[in-house]
Amino acid sequence: MSVSSSPVVRRLLWVALLATVVLCLTLGVFLARQLNVAALVPLASVPVAAPSAQVERGAYLARAGNCAACHTARGGAAYAGGHAINTPFGPVYAGNLTPDLTHGLGAWSADAFWRAMRHGQSRDGRLLNPVFPYENFTLISREDSDALYAFLQSLPPVAQPNQPHGLRFPYNTQAALAVWRELYFEPASFEPDPTRTADWNQGAYLVRGLGHCAACHSPRDALGGIRQASVLSGGLMTGQGWYAPSLQAHSEAGVAQWSAQQVVDLLKTGVLHGVGGGVSVMGPMADVVFQSTQHLSADDLHAMAAYLQSLPPSEPVAAPAPRASAAQLALGEQVYQRHCVDCHGASGQGAASAYPALAGNRAVTQASHVNPVQAILSGGFAPATAGNPQPYGMPPYRTLLTDVEVAAVASFIRQSWGNQAGAVTVLNVQRVR
Amino acid sequence: MTFIPVLRPCGRVVLFLLAAVLCMGAVQAAEPLSAATHTVPDTMAQRMQACTLCHGKEGRATQSGYFPRIAGKPAGYLYHQLLHFREGRRQNAGMTALLDPLSDAYLRDIAEHFAVLDLPYPPPQASTAAPAELARGQALARHGDAQRNIPACVACHGQALTGVQPAIPGLLGLPRDYLIGQLGAWQTGLRHAHAPDCMAQIAQAMTAADVSAVSHWLAAQALPANTHPAPPASRPLPLRCGAALEAAQ
Repeated sequence: MSVSSSPVVRRLLWVALLATVVLCLTLGVFLARQLNVAALVPLASVPVAAPSAQVERGAYLARAGNCAACHTARGGAAYAGGHAINTPFGPVYAGNLTPDLTHGLGAWSADAFWRAMRHGQSRDGRLLNPVFPYENFTLISREDSDALYAFLQSLPPVAQPNQPHGLRFPYNTQAALAVWRELYFEPASFEPDPTRTADWNQGAYLVRGLGHCAACHSPRDALGGIRQASVLSGGLMTGQGWYAPSLQAHSEAGVAQWSAQQVVDLLKTGVLHGVGGGVSVMGPMADVVFQSTQHLSADDLHAMAAYLQSLPPSEPVAAPAPRASAAQLALGEQVYQRHCVDCHGASGQGAASAYPALAGNRAVTQASHVNPVQAILSGGFAPATAGNPQPYGMPPYRTLLTDVEVAAVASFIRQSWGNQAGAVTVLNVQRVR
Repeated sequence: MTFIPVLRPCGRVVLFLLAAVLCMGAVQAAEPLSAATHTVPDTMAQRMQACTLCHGKEGRATQSGYFPRIAGKPAGYLYHQLLHFREGRRQNAGMTALLDPLSDAYLRDIAEHFAVLDLPYPPPQASTAAPAELARGQALARHGDAQRNIPACVACHGQALTGVQPAIPGLLGLPRDYLIGQLGAWQTGLRHAHAPDCMAQIAQAMTAADVSAVSHWLAAQALPANTHPAPPASRPLPLRCGAALEAAQ
């Protein structure tokens, strides 16, 4: 009897065929559901010159959303796109938002722009890649969307073609996006909480919406999605080498125990004196303060502070914190004396109004070793802001210290002066490099 | 009866001293343990510690390459280089990451800080080149090659090759490998200056042998007594050059 005519094999083949058909049908249903949203939003609208107040409001919102961070390439024309955002699935390129007719939004109406923000769909109905964080931008009001649109339309058009994404199959398909959206995205309008103050609601609107803080500060799963339950609980920024700490955890970057003014000052100036020996933003957050939050109004910053301070406290699951060996600590102390003590002090107390303390510094003691190691390797300046126009900075030790030395001094600072975080291994350092 | 320890006078003194010591100890323990406050000067020099670790006072070499000297370079040149790194016209991930959150105004302050530093130059590197190669390098530096449209280095970088204000750098006191690396970067398009990019044009007219020769010769030259960049040129430059044009505005 031949294999193909065996009853068991025939049954298996039927099952496989059925499974394939079901899978295709499911994908088809997802795709249809996602694309069908297109029918809900009328697209016709006549472009009208926008009043300057609306354009100004749009410019402000573009700062709040930090659109330029992705949509302006390094050294490139403003909002003309071209910047690559690296994902585990391949690079995604930000599009041209200038009003160029062929390559930008010149042919887009305010309705089409609104659909992109609320539904994450392009003018032609195509599903957009969620590296464009429309799961956050969906909350934007129609009025704010129109203001943003007016601002973008007021920019000089730049004839820069959009670069196709470099996503691997199947992540480069509309079907994959349909599945992703089924799992992670629900278009929604912002619903104010009547039990909260207007200030809090404004803060929630900004933090959850345009601010898209969760896009970095949340953990992502294997499909790059964020589970609602873990929003703002901290996220490793893969490809950038930094960790965006939890905004809910007192052990990381929670601000519930600060005053509202302290939160505002940090977002406005990039530094905070007199809290735990000095706080300074560094790395990607320095860029966020520089390009975005330092430009926000005091009212909006206070509102964001109110919201951030209200986040229910939630500590990460306690990770083992292995003690460093005596040899590693001895080497770490040597490195510290040679390279760190002049700025950070013999007791890790920092230097007033200049360099943050390391003793009791949450960026040093948080469970993840990534930030202290990256700070040692890359250094970094605090952002230049109106409140801190000539910031102090830390030199990069990448070319001056070996992996062994970096691991040693990182372990030393994490386990000295009352700090009780885990030791850092050479492998940890190599992975961060 | 009040409870008073019945002691001899000597014992009372001892008890009193003991109590005093214990009280002092208690007071010490009650005070919060305060680490000595540590302060640093509120100066640009202190802020620039982030830069001088690598660039040192006179430039520094490590296993991963050379950090060029920045002290005493024209402020306009330094400012443009900082902009180039931040905007991606020069490629160095470490520099770019450091400069990303800094404003143009601060970059200007940084440039001016280093431009006015008047520090001694170390003696030149002993040259490993053959005399013929050094002669070729000298000829290019002093006379150029008119047939191939290569102007002399001195035509723009100053007769003493110490640079020209406000934005043309000196070429002396730099490591040979740094010079080779920069000319090579202009040849391959890794390094850009403001358009029109005169150095790219010149570098692309040079051969590898030219690059090696002129780099060897420049690195072997001692600085003259006056190491400062020359005052702004009164005659026009042989080539239209972006940075100089911009600086002159």
